[in-house]
Amino acid sequence: MDSSPQPAPPTGGDPADPELPRLTVTQVEQMKVEARVADIYRVLFGAAPNTKSIMLELWRDQHIEYLTHGLRHLGPAFHVLDANRPWLCYWMVHPLALLDEVLDDDLEDDIVDFLARCQDKDGGYGGGPGQLPHLATTYAAVNTLVTIGSEMAFSSINRDNLYKFMLRLKDESGAFSSFRADAGHSFFLHHRMHDGGEIDVRASYTAISVASLVNILDVELAKGVGDYIARCQTYEGGIAGEPHAEAHGGYTFCGLAALILLNEAEKLDLPRLIGAAIALTQKLVMIIDEQLKLSYSCKKPSGEDACGTSSSGCTSEKSSSGKTDGLPFFFFHEMKNSSLLFVYAVDYAKFGFDFVQQSNQVGPLFHNIALQQYILLCAQVLEGGLRDKPGKNRDHYHSCYCLSGLSVSQYSATTDSDSCPLPQHVLGPYSNLLEPIHPLYNVVLDKYHTAYEFFSQE
Amino acid sequence: MEHAKSGPASWPEMADVVPVPQDDGPSPVVPIAYRDDFREVMDYFRALYFAGERSPRALRLTAEAIELNPGNYTVWHFRRLILEALDYDLLQEMNFVEKIAECNSKNYQIWHHKRWLAEKLGPDVANKEHEFTMKILALDAKNYHAWSHRQWVLQALGGWESELQYCNQLLEEDIFNNSAWNQRYLVITRSPLLGGLTAMRDSEVDYTIEAILANPQNESPWRYLKGLYKGENNLLVADERISDVCLKVLKNDWSCVFALSLLLDLLRSGLQPLDELKATLEPIRNSNPEMADADLATAVCCTLQKCDPLRVNYWSWYKTTLSSQIS
Repeated sequence: MDSSPQPAPPTGGDPADPELPRLTVTQVEQMKVEARVADIYRVLFGAAPNTKSIMLELWRDQHIEYLTHGLRHLGPAFHVLDANRPWLCYWMVHPLALLDEVLDDDLEDDIVDFLARCQDKDGGYGGGPGQLPHLATTYAAVNTLVTIGSEMAFSSINRDNLYKFMLRLKDESGAFSSFRADAGHSFFLHHRMHDGGEIDVRASYTAISVASLVNILDVELAKGVGDYIARCQTYEGGIAGEPHAEAHGGYTFCGLAALILLNEAEKLDLPRLIGAAIALTQKLVMIIDEQLKLSYSCKKPSGEDACGTSSSGCTSEKSSSGKTDGLPFFFFHEMKNSSLLFVYAVDYAKFGFDFVQQSNQVGPLFHNIALQQYILLCAQVLEGGLRDKPGKNRDHYHSCYCLSGLSVSQYSATTDSDSCPLPQHVLGPYSNLLEPIHPLYNVVLDKYHTAYEFFSQE
Repeated sequence: MEHAKSGPASWPEMADVVPVPQDDGPSPVVPIAYRDDFREVMDYFRALYFAGERSPRALRLTAEAIELNPGNYTVWHFRRLILEALDYDLLQEMNFVEKIAECNSKNYQIWHHKRWLAEKLGPDVANKEHEFTMKILALDAKNYHAWSHRQWVLQALGGWESELQYCNQLLEEDIFNNSAWNQRYLVITRSPLLGGLTAMRDSEVDYTIEAILANPQNESPWRYLKGLYKGENNLLVADERISDVCLKVLKNDWSCVFALSLLLDLLRSGLQPLDELKATLEPIRNSNPEMADADLATAVCCTLQKCDPLRVNYWSWYKTTLSSQIS
């Protein structure tokens, strides 16, 4: 039994107190990064206006050069990404679209041809030609094809097989039951990454995003996914990769985006999540912001007593009144109560569409200017490409997500989805402005609309 | 160029295998300039994988391919099919994957393979698995995969006996380690040996408060403290130790964001502030004339707007929700 008396918690190191000079690993690592960032900011604050404006410029040409080069030439060191080649396509094609760089027709056709070679005959895309189809690389391939946006690109996706592939991954008769300890609870359905692969929130997101985007999402595919994601929300408020693991910015994005696409965001304790998300990743906040405007336009809570309610249960009654903490809640599940009667009438693709149609009544909950400043100053690499933080190397992955984040922060204060941001919301020269994205799928908004139109007729 | 001496082209058992080159098409994109040894192994791998050959030579080949690129999930998947077909010694396989994991500890496939093995081997290997994750966490105490694996082993195979002690040890080493706090939450709420959150809450609140007072700028115990009352705001408000710790910290540093933020939660959930708390907050209120008539929650929110400038938009928004709640 682990019932020995508890030792007092350690005090850790306090940098301000000379009596306790010991710093922990976490503190040392954090201070190193902060010192590097501070050095850069000091240069900015001390610089002449001319230099300042150069420092805050987005180095478009260099980034375009870095990204287009990668599409045709990758060195031997990239062999570690040999099972991620559709990802490499997406990490280059998407930021190029954000930069409004048009690819040659030949190159576009070659990308479509290459991805067709990654497509499995029974549906889904693998990490390279002949590899096993995998949900993550399927997401990357489909987002790449949507970004290319030609009819050839769209129709190269075998949607019937894709649907079957995804359904197959939900089949519980496989060798895996990852949460045996949970056998006493009702079994939750969730997506496996590939046949017999790992089960986590990333799998849920990639499956739901792809299915929604190409308009094959239905009740059968959606069943159980929302409940699984909700179980991954931790005591901190963020979402973990699996139930009980640590809340994590990337998984929080995946979980929340998937739930919005499923129209089941109310399954999360959103007020708690907002508090956590602010601390975790700024990119998310645009999404929360979008949710809020829905809460204002739909319905306000009518005097619920947040103190007396419990969030331990997850019944449908409680989901609308229980987990509010007294904050405005999010009623955008008009189909919810009728979903049992009209299961086949749920228009899932519409949830993603409506999300970007709403006008934005609440400004950004995150500091949209500070985030632009960080990306421009600390993430850009002079030779082109972007990085995680000072001291790290550039790569295609961070180039992709830094530019997505930059775009989100540039547009986050814009109230109308059709209008351009005001100059004061775009840090640096106005030519820094990127194309807007659809934040749930992370594809350029125009490309999304073309795809939505195409697939809603299929 | 010549094949490396040890490559599969030189293995006698591969003499009858015709390598299959990758079908990249006439004008490939994202083409990787593979080294010759990599290409050779993968060409042979494709030959056996496409043929579905589950043989000892195929097993040996998957080991080569995995060493060159442990991220290739297709190879791992094929290897599992072979292991099953050959009824291979899984303990030996565990040694293989651990050797790979020691140099590639942040790779989904390795941990997935390990979980697959551990599930087949059952509760007997629980402690051995715990020793392994401990070894990885000693190198990087926040390795997400290692933590997920450890949690899975605990819940599926057991080995809870010394887990709380392990959390204590990690927090002793680094009280800022949020992963260790998260693990502590799992142990407190899920360990079959401790009686669950209700039984443990009281002593955990004491432990956490002590950690907060030693280091008020450490966000992890603040979050943990709130987590101990997850979904039970009424109990959170009723436990005087919670408002006390906010008060103690604010007396020393009225701008501590975490203390202000927890206090705001308490006020919004119905805390009736005692005079001592009101007195502590008095200077805050006086510092800003616009707050003179504001209720306490709004005053705290205004302070947060100043003390936490990076989240100023959030606190401004939060303030609007306070007024809408009142009206």
